[in-house]
Amino acid sequence: MAMAIETPKQGFRLGMLIYDTRYRAITIQVIVLLLFLLFVGWLADNTRHNLALKGKDIDFSFLWRRAGYDIGQHLIPYTNDSTNFWAGLVGLINTLVVAVLGCIFSTILGVIFGVLRLSKNWVVARLMTVYIEMFRNVPLLLWIILVYVILGETRPQPKDFKAAADGTQIATMNLWDSVAVTNRGTNLPLPLLDRPLPGGYTSALAIIIVLIGSFWINHILSNRAKATQEATGVRPVMWWKTLAILVLPTLGLLLAMGFHLEYPVFKGFNFQGGINVAHAFTALLIALTLYYASVTAEIVRSGIQAINRGQSEAAYALGLRPGRTMNLIILPQALRVIIPPMISQWLSLTKDTSLGIAVSYLDLRGTLGGITLNQTGRELECMLLMMLIYLIISLIISAVANAYNASVKLKER
Amino acid sequence: MSEAYVRGAILPPLAPPVSERGVVKWMRENLFSGWLNSVLTVLAVLAVYYIASLCLPWLLHGVWNAGSLGECRSIIATNYGPDAGGACWAVIHARWYQFIFGFYPIEAWWRPILDFALLFVALAPVLFSDNPRKAAIMVGVVSVILVLSLMALVPWWALLLTIALMAGLSFLSYTATSKLLWVAAVYPFLSVWLLWGGSVWGPVMAMAGFGVMVLVYRVISPGLGVIMGTALGFVAACIWWLFLGSLAAAAIQSVVPFGLTYVESDRFGGFLLAFVIGVSSISISLPIGVMLALGRQSNMFLIRTLSVSFIEFVRGVPLITMLFTASLLLQYFLPPGNNFDLILRVVILVTLFSAAYNAEVIRGGLAALPKGQYEAADALGLDYWQAQRLIIMPQALKVSIPGVVSTFIGLFKDTTLVSFVGLLDPLRGVTTIVRADLAWKGIYWEPYIFVAAIFFIACFGMSRYSMYLEGKLKTDHR
Repeated sequence: MAMAIETPKQGFRLGMLIYDTRYRAITIQVIVLLLFLLFVGWLADNTRHNLALKGKDIDFSFLWRRAGYDIGQHLIPYTNDSTNFWAGLVGLINTLVVAVLGCIFSTILGVIFGVLRLSKNWVVARLMTVYIEMFRNVPLLLWIILVYVILGETRPQPKDFKAAADGTQIATMNLWDSVAVTNRGTNLPLPLLDRPLPGGYTSALAIIIVLIGSFWINHILSNRAKATQEATGVRPVMWWKTLAILVLPTLGLLLAMGFHLEYPVFKGFNFQGGINVAHAFTALLIALTLYYASVTAEIVRSGIQAINRGQSEAAYALGLRPGRTMNLIILPQALRVIIPPMISQWLSLTKDTSLGIAVSYLDLRGTLGGITLNQTGRELECMLLMMLIYLIISLIISAVANAYNASVKLKER
Repeated sequence: MSEAYVRGAILPPLAPPVSERGVVKWMRENLFSGWLNSVLTVLAVLAVYYIASLCLPWLLHGVWNAGSLGECRSIIATNYGPDAGGACWAVIHARWYQFIFGFYPIEAWWRPILDFALLFVALAPVLFSDNPRKAAIMVGVVSVILVLSLMALVPWWALLLTIALMAGLSFLSYTATSKLLWVAAVYPFLSVWLLWGGSVWGPVMAMAGFGVMVLVYRVISPGLGVIMGTALGFVAACIWWLFLGSLAAAAIQSVVPFGLTYVESDRFGGFLLAFVIGVSSISISLPIGVMLALGRQSNMFLIRTLSVSFIEFVRGVPLITMLFTASLLLQYFLPPGNNFDLILRVVILVTLFSAAYNAEVIRGGLAALPKGQYEAADALGLDYWQAQRLIIMPQALKVSIPGVVSTFIGLFKDTTLVSFVGLLDPLRGVTTIVRADLAWKGIYWEPYIFVAAIFFIACFGMSRYSMYLEGKLKTDHR
């Protein structure tokens, strides 16, 4: 016999807001919301008062006024007549350039160092351990400043590259006379086209299209090779086809457009021609790369060590050589462990490009949050804008990287 | 008929061939097992040789006693020839105290030193909670180092007092390690008083605020319940801190004056500053981090949203922007005319910064717990806070200690960034001052190597401790 027990009907009492778990969550959230709104209101009210005291207001129109300062490294056209907004954009691009190059170099180096640290070779493993521990236990800022100071203080002056009357030189250029590192900057060869395609960026666009096309054809070819291998058990020799398809079309296009390098040459008092890269950029990039390579190496090492020993033993039992085992068995599995911490390393690296302040590198912080801020006196607007941009960059990186992570993750059901 | 040869005795085993034993075998297996390995070995040895040939003469020719860089160079030139390079450690010999203390007055150096020693005494019961022997060893070693370093700085009676105090603490750490937790509880207030000086009654009254909180809680909770008791206790403590505490401190100070010379914040510098910012930020940010981690896991939409947005915002911007917020923007957000200490402002922002990172570490610790732990706590009828306090947090915090230690290492390295808002950090602030001195103009390797070495010792030590902890925690979990 079923018996339904009536719960005694209770009227709502005020105490239930705290002691009844059904209502408590709502009470707490309402209180938190009120406190939060009060706090925000308090901050906003203080800000309004303080701004009024200083005779300021919140106004973003300074972004469209003339910046009035020069930026040495600008990848888009910029003069000191450009607007503050444009200066900020130049800074943002400078930030992204260092960040992207730093991520690429530090990841490549880090993976190599991490694998080498686990090598059975006693000398190499110890050397890598010393390197990794040395770099990751010392502040990144120290490496940036040290590299910058060394480049500035130990390298010869430009005039030392000038040949004296008897033909002797105090300093010589490196890499077959193509690169000159002076105490003012690094002079690199500049790639130039004799017969560029008409229009501003069409030549670059054409090269990119051709490159994408070659990669696509290569992809088709390797799929076909895989199909052949699965059907017959013999994999066709591929390496020269891949090489030819990846290199030849681009090379042909470059030759057709008259590609050549303009070397820096010492003339008068300084180097002429080529690209002059400021030491601020070089020092920042080298320090970021070396520091984050050591961090990445640790991530790679722990990722590889997280793979069960049975995996490599099984690979050896199948007769795979150590190199193949690493490439085909260990790394693909370790990648799943490695990628999540790697994402946060890339994020940190991107944020740490703001340390360029130590060497006066004009990145986003140097332009928008530095000179523009000081010249216009708009602390509130500049800082908020800068934080917002950094936040957006971080969110984009983590979104892209998480999507990639989801695609390589072990599919579990 | 010939007799078949039968060996009557077993031959002794031959020694393995030369290539299969001793150094040769080890080298064959570890250094020259294949052509790639051999190439790597040769390259590595060459690299080591190259680096050593650059550094060793430089290090060995080092000069410790000189008045300026020029004097250093002339000493090296007379001793080792005109072309020889050498380190000029004399700059460290002449200026080491600035790297450590900044411009902290010399007659008060004993205060930060004593404070630093007490930090380890306060940490001992936390670090080695289950091992009184290790705790006692740590306190003992710290005591010896403290007494040795104070010898030249304080009069004999103060030294005797210190020896007595540290002997008592060492004894206590061996017999009742958990009693040292009281040192840990008092330490924050004691530390502020020792470092900045001023009247002793201010910190004492700040401590008394917690007494007020407990008192109000004890009085109210039997009648009105735990929640009201906690809330009213908190309100009472806030009233005490905001209004009554300072009055009481001033009153007692006028009757029983007792204090240390006040030291202004702008005299702090070097590693003293790095430790002040690092230690205070990490210790304040831990409880905030726990709260944020719990908030992020909460079922309440609003609390979860607020926690997540705070954590993601802070993790999405560089620390340097937070520091600039401290130096440029905080003056806008706080009531007009409120212009308090820059170190305090930086500590607040750095605390918020590390709280977000700690929250993520602790969230990882919470996620590592099996679901059964939560369910078991529910089944026992524990409410949320009881479950957190008795079941979840002890386990989650234990798992996340290594992560917290690495957050601290990162934070400690990042304290060097405070030089950008005008504080005197060891790396950029002090080194710039030293290098600007005419006597040491043009020196770069030596001060940076000195600073790097201290950072390395501190960070490497902490990361080893965290690895030791990780190993220890692993055994009792699997």
